[in-house]
Amino acid sequence: MKTGRIIGHHGLRRCCAMTGLWLALGLGIAVAAFAQQPIKLGFIPDITGPASSLGIPERDTALMLQAEIDAKGGIRGRPVKLVIYDGESTETKTLLAAKKAIEEERVAALICCSQSGTSLAIKNAVQTAKVPMVSMAASVKIVEPVKDSFWVFKTPQSDHLIAEVLVDYLVSKKVTRVAWMNVDNAFGDSGRLEFDWLAKRAGIAIVANERFGDKDVDMTTQLAKVKGSDAQALVVWAIPPAASVVTKNASELGLQIPLFHSHGVANKRFIELAGPGANGVRFPAGKLLTAESLPDSDKQKKTLVAYAKAFEAKYGPRNTFGGHGWDAVWLAYRATEAAAARTNPDDLAAFRVAIRDELEKIKEFVGISGIFNMSVRDHNGLDKRAVTMYEIVNGQWQLAK
Amino acid sequence: MVSTQQVLQFLVTGITNGSIYALIALGFVVIHSVTSVINFAQGEFAMLGALLAVSLIAAGLPQGLALLAAVVGVGAFAATLYQVGLRPARDASPLTMIIITIGAALAIRGVALVIWGTEPYQMAPFTVGSPLQVGGAVIRLQSLWVLGVTLLLQPLLHVFFTRTILGRSLRACAVNRLAARLVGIRADRMALLAFALSGAVGALGGVIIAPIIFATYDMGLTLSLKGFVAAVMGGLVNYPAAVAGGFLLGILESLGAGLISSGYKDAIAFVALFVILLSKPRWIVRSEQGTEEGS
Repeated sequence: MKTGRIIGHHGLRRCCAMTGLWLALGLGIAVAAFAQQPIKLGFIPDITGPASSLGIPERDTALMLQAEIDAKGGIRGRPVKLVIYDGESTETKTLLAAKKAIEEERVAALICCSQSGTSLAIKNAVQTAKVPMVSMAASVKIVEPVKDSFWVFKTPQSDHLIAEVLVDYLVSKKVTRVAWMNVDNAFGDSGRLEFDWLAKRAGIAIVANERFGDKDVDMTTQLAKVKGSDAQALVVWAIPPAASVVTKNASELGLQIPLFHSHGVANKRFIELAGPGANGVRFPAGKLLTAESLPDSDKQKKTLVAYAKAFEAKYGPRNTFGGHGWDAVWLAYRATEAAAARTNPDDLAAFRVAIRDELEKIKEFVGISGIFNMSVRDHNGLDKRAVTMYEIVNGQWQLAK
Repeated sequence: MVSTQQVLQFLVTGITNGSIYALIALGFVVIHSVTSVINFAQGEFAMLGALLAVSLIAAGLPQGLALLAAVVGVGAFAATLYQVGLRPARDASPLTMIIITIGAALAIRGVALVIWGTEPYQMAPFTVGSPLQVGGAVIRLQSLWVLGVTLLLQPLLHVFFTRTILGRSLRACAVNRLAARLVGIRADRMALLAFALSGAVGALGGVIIAPIIFATYDMGLTLSLKGFVAAVMGGLVNYPAAVAGGFLLGILESLGAGLISSGYKDAIAFVALFVILLSKPRWIVRSEQGTEEGS
């Protein structure tokens, strides 16, 4: 009885009218929402865990750049949003975050990850999902072989490049026998492979080969073996705090031979933790650390100094990891901007393809880690000019002689 | 290839690390021998002790006082943890209790992350001075502190648990809770005491190793695992055996890393645990039956 009354003559008409009104209203809202939908870029640094000395400055830089991007007013009227996750320094957590970003947030591109291990762990996933990714990690394997790295780019100088500069330096110092120690993860192992064959080519023999864990608290056992060898120098491939422990232990053991590190120690935290033992350590890294002392003719100087000033005003001492984040965000932003000029961001699959193509086309982009010249063959785009040798003197960075 | 000087250094490193593991193992044994629970938050007690001490020193307290405050503070915290987290479940099976401790460990680590962040912290050594040279091996002064405290603490605990009324009452609870209650021992209060004691022992371990390692919010897990292996080697109820287990593990690791390959350092610890559990030596079987130890 009740139903009969509602679906009466008047009732039906009113019902239809209301539905129409609601539908129109709903559609309107949907269209409005669609037009304003932000373009999302996923950003997954390791904010916690053993790699947090990398991930935190990367995150800080991203927050800083988000403000700059907002000030630009977005791309074609759409705001650009960095969606930040914590990779927690583990492969599993990073992969989960990446899947979430790709499937739930529907990001246009991914900026991930802080470490080589995590970057390699999600490489397959982004290749399959066809999402462009810019990594902030060292290993050359992230972007090579190129045929298996179609969707993957990276901003830091690759370990191959770094090792090349280091080996050149060792040769110039007439070192022919070195001891090697690396942290037991993808970063360390990849560094060892690169250094191994470059050193062999340059006629440098590796007389001791040791490993340690990234949470180990004591490396004196390994260092005792190094001390017993006839090496002329020790090369360590690790990041702090493990890298600092090695350095501290080496000075406690009274190791006399010069100590070389990788670009993994290019932050002040390394010096703070290692204490006086850090003095005399030499390492290859990008130009950011002593940007002010570069000649004015250097193409990167202006960009480097501006970034260092802005970062230090807000977050503390500069470090190259924040710089890798800076490069990754701007490369992704540039490619997104160029892609949006010719494709519709709502057609996500096509948009992602366009972003990838634009990334590959980037030429002479002046960044923090170097000047990028991407190509079909090179998804890193840096050359030896991007790296210099530093020495720690009285707890400060100086260009090494 | 390997000189005696190197082997000596391997041993020194092994003994230092071993005494760290032993300190954590002692905490495991205190709780296990009273409540039959394996407390996986043991490493977190050490982490809390170390970070608390670092913060107190940074706040201006003299080092000695800061260390004492950290040890007492964590002891009180462990007692609270029992009262709030484990006591309500005291009639559940030990397995349930163990899972609660794992949950507590995760929670503590999470809170520590919020408070202290991810940065590693450093503490000044107790005695300042250059490392000692013994037969070509280098010994850091702080290592002597760690070793000394371990060697002192073990007999103290041993005597406390085997010679004093309170200690014996504590152990009675583990052997037979019902019988202990029947003779007038308040099992609940004993468990509370065991947690407080174990928290303090753990924190002591944490503050004493802080100058050697960098104190971080996530240092507890590794310590828990290694300490657990050491405690199991000692059969989980026997103090001298737990300390011996710690030394054995530390030396095995260091010699393995030195003589075989440093890539296998952690694998050695867990292979050792596996072999021990598999072979089920006499002392573990004995402790499973919850009978006497050491006396």
